[in-house]
Amino acid sequence: MKTSLYKNLQRKIIIITLLVSLAPLIVLGATIYYQFARMYGEKIEEQITYRATAQAEAVELFLKERTAILCAMADTHTFNDMTDEKNLARIFEVMNARAGAFVDLGVISNSGQHLAYVGPYDLKGLNYYQHPWFDEVMSKGVYISNVYMGYRQLPHFIIAVRRQEGLNSWILRATIDPDIFEEIVRSAQVGKTGDAYILDQKGVCQTRPRFNEEILTQSHLDTRLFGTRTTVIEEKNAEGEKTLYAGSRLKDGKWLLVISQEVAEEMSGLFATRIAEIVIIVCGFLAIILATVFTTRMIIKRLRETDSRMNELNAQLIQSDKLAALGKMAAGVAHEINNPLAVIIQVTGWMEDLLYEEEFQKSHNYEEYKQGIKNIEDHVERARKVVHNMLGYARKMEPRLEDVDVNSTLKQTIDLLKNHAITNNIEITTALSDDLPIIASDQSQLQQVFLNLITNAIDAIGSEGLIEVTSGQVDSFINVDITDNGPGIPEDKQKKVFDPFFTTKETGEGTGLGLWVSYDIIAKMGGSIRIKSEVGKGTTFTVAVPAVIPEKK
Amino acid sequence: MDAFRALVVDDEEVFLETLVKRLRKRNIDTTGVPSGEEALEIMKKNLFDVVILDVKMPGGMDGIETLREIKKIQPLAEVLLLTGHASVETSIEGMKLGAFDYLLKPIKLEELLTKLAQAFEKKDAHDQKIRSARIKELIRFPGRVLEQVKEDES
Repeated sequence: MKTSLYKNLQRKIIIITLLVSLAPLIVLGATIYYQFARMYGEKIEEQITYRATAQAEAVELFLKERTAILCAMADTHTFNDMTDEKNLARIFEVMNARAGAFVDLGVISNSGQHLAYVGPYDLKGLNYYQHPWFDEVMSKGVYISNVYMGYRQLPHFIIAVRRQEGLNSWILRATIDPDIFEEIVRSAQVGKTGDAYILDQKGVCQTRPRFNEEILTQSHLDTRLFGTRTTVIEEKNAEGEKTLYAGSRLKDGKWLLVISQEVAEEMSGLFATRIAEIVIIVCGFLAIILATVFTTRMIIKRLRETDSRMNELNAQLIQSDKLAALGKMAAGVAHEINNPLAVIIQVTGWMEDLLYEEEFQKSHNYEEYKQGIKNIEDHVERARKVVHNMLGYARKMEPRLEDVDVNSTLKQTIDLLKNHAITNNIEITTALSDDLPIIASDQSQLQQVFLNLITNAIDAIGSEGLIEVTSGQVDSFINVDITDNGPGIPEDKQKKVFDPFFTTKETGEGTGLGLWVSYDIIAKMGGSIRIKSEVGKGTTFTVAVPAVIPEKK
Repeated sequence: MDAFRALVVDDEEVFLETLVKRLRKRNIDTTGVPSGEEALEIMKKNLFDVVILDVKMPGGMDGIETLREIKKIQPLAEVLLLTGHASVETSIEGMKLGAFDYLLKPIKLEELLTKLAQAFEKKDAHDQKIRSARIKELIRFPGRVLEQVKEDES
């Protein structure tokens, strides 16, 4: 497979794995965050609603208490008691001691005349007949005003009650301390941005809000947006910051208690959660990406190795298939050659038999005939040998198993060739491993392989050179290296050296069958012969024989 | 000692003819036939010491079949198989059936002669044994042997 195909495959695996693993993570993260945010929002709204309702009730209770004490004082005292300012001062003292938050107390006649007054302002003698609150209290009996400036030119509000005493009626009126009232209202504000204040029906501030607005100014809130029950609305300012407003009505719907809270502050817990979630998801992303890339690379690397190993095996398989096919063909051809050879040998033999008869011996061409017949016989013999070798190895010849000492087999083989090598000034050195096991193999076949390879090495060197024979165990194989410092074999010819009839020797010198036969022998044993050669440096043949340990007899 | 008699069976006519001539030239009483059928035919009439038999004879009885039949007709005749490489296994099979040995084609006459000599020797030893056994038997039970001889002749 080409490199680009592996890259492509790697890219595909990475993309698919990432899609499959990251998509659910994103969906899960988003869903969890959405649900959490929704619940958090609901909780905040619930909380602010509760606070507004509770605070409105508290303020309502405050007003009712003040109204009640005022009613009680009016009901239990006569007009004469009340208009006596000493008495009024005592009553005022008792009221402030029991309930507090009263600024002043005054008695007003049914004609609007301020008859008696206790308090910090000089309001005695003023007439309220024209004031709207006077009508209200005269008709309804009890009246709590909105905040207004009045004669004293300070924002305040009053509670007034009417007392019917026979035919005469009079009004007891008290002013509520705006600071105390504001404090009570404000007790509901929370945090750095929280606020609590009261608006009237038109949206005018009845207590001072914490930020921006002043008392008696028009609030930006539209009070009509709030219902009769506690209502929450959300507003966004120019900067996009959201604020929640909870409004709860009190004083028969005339006032609206507003509690406000910036969402950002309330949501800070949620934002922390969001950041934590994002960090976790990003870490997850990185981990998944890293793991995916790493794993994929590893898989592709393994795949490449397996593929190249398989290609190697395929090449070997093709080689052995080729050799088997060639072997079969060679066997068939050789067999057909054998029959005519047999006839030629006999016929020539017969001619030779006849030549020894007396009449032929007298012929002056006798020697010529004799030589001719000898030549025929020699060449038939040569052909016979080739065919014999070929047939010998082409037919199925399973190696027989005997205990073989590879080193001593090598030594015997080298002994056989020593004289031949010395004649050509070639030195054979050995470096044989001492701890090779005795293996189950076929000694004569192994010897033939070593003989072929060392003979080839001698022939390759020609004269003067060095042959090195080494042995050693590599995994489950015994490796024998036969290295010569001959001329080497060019790369294009290296592939062919195991093919039958391939020879680098001169015509008539070699049959081209030695390596083919050797390859076949070793392959049948389950081993292999490899070649490593460099032109000008030499050649190494490595024979790997399976180190099969003989069964104990 | 009587002259040995050999029979050569091979479907390759030139080979057969030449081999017969060469053996005769070396004073071996040799007959040649080109097929298994003819070999059996001639062996029913004549005794042979050694049969040189080609294993592969396409077109008629093959060597192994012929060998089986020969062993029925003349169990004492030694059989030398001639074989190519492709039929070495067959020849080994043949040896189990009682063939004396096999020779790989193309054969050299010297090798054949050596093998022939060994075969003749074996046959001769065998004949000797039988002869001495018969003599011993004749001495002990002359009547029985004479009866058998009569039977054989008839």
